[in-house]
Amino acid sequence: MKRFALLLAGTAMATAAAAEEVRVYNWSDYIDEDLLTKFEEETGIDLIYDVFDSNEVLETKMLAGSSGYDVVVPSGTFLQRQITAGAFQELDMSKLPNAGNLWGVIQDRTAQYDPGNAYSINYMWGTTGIGVNVDKVTEILGEDAPIGSLDLVLNPANMEKLAACGVHFLDAPSEIIPATLAYIGEDPDSQDPDVIAKTEETLMAVRPYIQKFHSSEYINALANGDICVAVGWSGDILQARDRAWEADNGVEIAYNAPSEGALMWFDQMAIPADAPNPEAAHTFLNFIMDAQNMAAASNYVYYANGNEASKEFLVEDVIGDTAIYPDEATLENLYTTTPYDARVQRGVTRLWTKVKSGT
Amino acid sequence: MRRAFLILVPYIWLLVLFLAPFLIVLRISLSDPALAIPPYVPQLDAAEGVWPGIVNLVSQFDLENYAFLTGDDLYWKAYLSSLQIAVVSTFLTLLVGFPIAYGMARAPVEWRATLMMLVILPFWTSFLIRVYAWIGILGTEGYLNQLLLSVGVIDAPLAILNTNIAVYIGIVYTYLPFMVLPIYAALEKMDDSLLEAAEDLGCTRTSAFWLVTVPLSKTGIIAGCFLVFIPALGEFVIPSLLGGSDTLMIGKVLWEEFFSNRDWPVASTVAVILLLILIIPIILFQRNEQKQREMDG
Repeated sequence: MKRFALLLAGTAMATAAAAEEVRVYNWSDYIDEDLLTKFEEETGIDLIYDVFDSNEVLETKMLAGSSGYDVVVPSGTFLQRQITAGAFQELDMSKLPNAGNLWGVIQDRTAQYDPGNAYSINYMWGTTGIGVNVDKVTEILGEDAPIGSLDLVLNPANMEKLAACGVHFLDAPSEIIPATLAYIGEDPDSQDPDVIAKTEETLMAVRPYIQKFHSSEYINALANGDICVAVGWSGDILQARDRAWEADNGVEIAYNAPSEGALMWFDQMAIPADAPNPEAAHTFLNFIMDAQNMAAASNYVYYANGNEASKEFLVEDVIGDTAIYPDEATLENLYTTTPYDARVQRGVTRLWTKVKSGT
Repeated sequence: MRRAFLILVPYIWLLVLFLAPFLIVLRISLSDPALAIPPYVPQLDAAEGVWPGIVNLVSQFDLENYAFLTGDDLYWKAYLSSLQIAVVSTFLTLLVGFPIAYGMARAPVEWRATLMMLVILPFWTSFLIRVYAWIGILGTEGYLNQLLLSVGVIDAPLAILNTNIAVYIGIVYTYLPFMVLPIYAALEKMDDSLLEAAEDLGCTRTSAFWLVTVPLSKTGIIAGCFLVFIPALGEFVIPSLLGGSDTLMIGKVLWEEFFSNRDWPVASTVAVILLLILIIPIILFQRNEQKQREMDG
């Protein structure tokens, strides 16, 4: 639905073009909107900002070509595939003086997807884990509810009890399948179709208790108390926690990276090969890499960024939270994934359709 | 000369707006997915001339995607469930639409233009917004449930949104004008003296309705049913917005194949088969009509 509206917006956009403007396509709930105004004031460039909530939709647009966007934000594995497909242009480092602010530790990790970081800069990174409404979940499952474990959401016995108060899963097979593999003790980054097929049994067993597969509605649903568990992205769940605080509605949200291991992902800003305004796109990337701007964005959306210089401007709430900036012990428990090839991908998406639709 | 031109116009129309896009989709359905822009192979390589390029392209086509579809019951279930939803909602639209058209055709002549405008009026608002409005009406906390709860008809809110019932409501609401207008056009032309003659010859009002009015409006009913059935079968927006995750419709499957699975060849194959499913009943229908006419003639 939202996806459809975005699709319409996107096609309408692609047809028009003007001189000094930059069209940015970023994830929903992923920036402090004051930064958008600030960018326009500082540079005089018109900023057109659209949002999406699925890597798959972004990839469809990138591979169709002529998306009309100047800056897009795919996650690591998707970026890697799209670079192979020739969807992006190499960054002109001479136009990115703020690149010196980037954080070497994250740069090393993102080089796995984008060798030499030639095509992209890290915007933010985070983990995929479990958000819970603490009071409701402990009321249903007791004080020792496994809120820090995938057992909470992948064990039918727990899910059966939680179903009535509402459980949402991300609509993202590339994240839920690795998590399920980790839960059943397999390599989360397995590329073996037979190993991946083992997740079907686990997922089909909990499927009836999942109210919705959606990748952005859960922020509000958690914050309002409409649902009590969401498998989602770290910062989104922390935003839900924050919204509940602001609303002062007595809802207490907690985020945990599962003890079985959590996916660590990186959202990378890149410039499409056919971007109408690559010059303005570089200006936007450079603006984002400014230490204070990047800090403002992280302070607002509760995601860690790949900008070392921004750390001194981060509020304690962000830099001091191990759910956002993990300590050494948590870091060891995080895994990354690599892209599936076309044949494995078809099996994965078919499995996902089955999980979502029941057939 | 002029006649040739007049015949040519609809063919050009058909060529540009139907055949060309269809051939593009057909061609993708015979290709294989690839990680490229656009995401399928083979591409036309005209380096050695256009004709050898085309020959080379065609030689790489295969029916693998069609085999893939037949081997997976998801698609058949989706087609069947779409057919069922389209048939049932066409019938419901007819049930609602016929009395409206009948009332309009029976109304005093000076009212008819206004009534006609009222039927068309909803088109002045975006289709998407009107479907979104139903979310507000049908939701658990929606207006309908609030109304029914306050009147005391129900004790607990009805779950309508995110079910097939909501999809039926959405389709009937959206396509109602397409049913009303052709039936109205047929009924309006009807000569009232035929009804009088039927009654003079001993028909009751009810049997005159079934023996005279309905057969004379048959063309309008058939046209209306097709205008509703065909778009309803491939409907995507209404089931996505109003239906639940269990609502299986081929339009939704197509969207998933294209956007979530990024598998253009399979998505195109689904589209080609959808088209075939639609074309066959249309051809059968026309054959039938032609035979009827020959027999009458």
